[in-house]
Amino acid sequence: MKVDSPRFELHDADSGEPAILELSGDWVQGQTLPRFAMLRPQLTDTRATQLSLDTDNLGEWDSRLMAFLLQCRNCCDQQDIKFDASALPDSAQRLLHIATTVPRHQRQGEPPRHWWQIGNPLALLRKTGRNVVQSVAFFGAVCIALGRLLGGRANTRFVDFWHFCYQTGPNAFAIISLTSLLVGMILAYLGAAQLQQFGAEIYVADLVVIGVLREMGVLMTAVVIAGRTGAAYAAQLGTMQANEEIDAIITMGISPIEFLVTPRILALLVMMPLLTIYANLLGILGGALVSAGMGISMLQYAGHASDAVSLTHIGIGLTKSVVFGALIAIAGCRAGIQSGRDSAAVGQAATQAVVTSLIYLIVADAAINILCQQLDI
Amino acid sequence: MTDDTAVDIEVRDLTMAFGANVVQRDLNFDIKRGDIFVIIGGSGCGKSTLLKHMLGLIEPARGEILYRGESFTRATNAERDVMRRRWGITYQSGGLFGAMTLAQNISLPLQLYTDYTAAEIRDVVDYKLSLVGLGGFEGYFPAEISGGMEKRAALARAIALDPDILFFDEPSAGLDPISSRLLDELIAQLKESIGATVVMVSHELASIFEIATNSVYLDADSHTMLDYGDPRMLRDHSEQPIVRQFLSRSTEHQEEPANE
Repeated sequence: MKVDSPRFELHDADSGEPAILELSGDWVQGQTLPRFAMLRPQLTDTRATQLSLDTDNLGEWDSRLMAFLLQCRNCCDQQDIKFDASALPDSAQRLLHIATTVPRHQRQGEPPRHWWQIGNPLALLRKTGRNVVQSVAFFGAVCIALGRLLGGRANTRFVDFWHFCYQTGPNAFAIISLTSLLVGMILAYLGAAQLQQFGAEIYVADLVVIGVLREMGVLMTAVVIAGRTGAAYAAQLGTMQANEEIDAIITMGISPIEFLVTPRILALLVMMPLLTIYANLLGILGGALVSAGMGISMLQYAGHASDAVSLTHIGIGLTKSVVFGALIAIAGCRAGIQSGRDSAAVGQAATQAVVTSLIYLIVADAAINILCQQLDI
Repeated sequence: MTDDTAVDIEVRDLTMAFGANVVQRDLNFDIKRGDIFVIIGGSGCGKSTLLKHMLGLIEPARGEILYRGESFTRATNAERDVMRRRWGITYQSGGLFGAMTLAQNISLPLQLYTDYTAAEIRDVVDYKLSLVGLGGFEGYFPAEISGGMEKRAALARAIALDPDILFFDEPSAGLDPISSRLLDELIAQLKESIGATVVMVSHELASIFEIATNSVYLDADSHTMLDYGDPRMLRDHSEQPIVRQFLSRSTEHQEEPANE
């Protein structure tokens, strides 16, 4: 099939006479098409009051011809030139008619933002302030819901609670095992390298036990759970928001905090200490493996370790685990409940959940450590 | 130009099942070029499932589907992609990408499958949006426009590549009667102008009688097709009482149902 290159030519005329736009060639894929921008100046200059088309030499055409004609038609309307489409093929006439039945929408609304408004420190500060207020409000709402639960008046389903416990706990065993074992080994290597200089390798056991019990066991567990469970909470609740499920819960007269957030928080409050105990055991075991490689027998390690273990260390670790569990659950649920209603917003909610819970974790951990230091425990 | 007797889609002995649960069995029908073909049936009979089989989103348990004489069921993924390039599809809830503006949604297929320049794509996007009455909305995100507008924007994306076959899953579901009527007219006019074949799932009887030229009725109880033909003809002359009843139930003053 021979393909002619697409062209247009405007035969101008004096006022009163119609100008004629001649379209020729094949306006199809693979051809370089003329741009309407080349015709616009001619159209604005013309004194003719009507534009007719000549399509005798027009071959095949696709949507780009229609796009060209639509621009042409709109331009003519602006110039008060009458556009006569009768020479077009039937289907093209119909399409042009459909495309021009509804008037174009003029976008109104917020004025364009300037670059200096984007990084405005005041606006940023205000946004952060609002965020903090919302966090505190959410925390308050959760406390009220937990209070109602204690009073036995909350709409919390315990089936959900067991389900979330299972999701958070047993399902996370594999990844918690891996991370805590490795953290124990890392601590042992780190300590051994330093202690060897003083010939005090045997104290690796003390270092690993105290380090894992007080700090690393619970912190690594919390990080893993923040990425695993916190993000999952945000995604679940965000999808429910997008699906209007949360609207349904509210209009049924059920508090979404009691119905959705409480069981999730309780599940984390229960599972975090249990996971931490498990992580502590494996962390100490990891230290033992490294020590064994350095010529410290399991028996020696165990002896030193059991001297180092004290209820204080364990207690601090478990206290942290409860605090971290609550913070992760609150960050995850808040991100989910306040999520937007489209797929992109659900993704943002999950990201926000993880980022917020990590910040909460680090800040809370530092605060607890400072407190312990001041109180000498 | 188009041959009246040409067949676009052939469904042969199609059985659809999820595991042991058979949704529909032994479906046999043709969709001719230029038809507006409607898949009719009560809720849960497998209308959308049938459409998903035609689109290749679900594999058939038995039987095959042919497009213009070529088997789609036995085609490789690459061959399927080539066939799909000639289709335009809208989904039940629109299927627009929430993270992209309307213009980006519509230009995506144009960028992927045509050699248009960026300026040409912009012009064509504007033209397609004007066709569905959304001229000037290119900078909006799907979440910023109403449900009816979303449906029309999805239609604009479906016709971006001037497809040969258009698939619609419940195009007017959830719209008020007037918007839904306008959308039906739009589909019929566009179909007429671009010469495409339309396959749709619908239970809006009014729109079925308004625009459909052919249909198949799927029955949820016997798990097979009961009848096949022009819906107006089926309503008045189907040999299957269930089909006549279904099609006349909500239209005015057709064959009043017996006292219950």
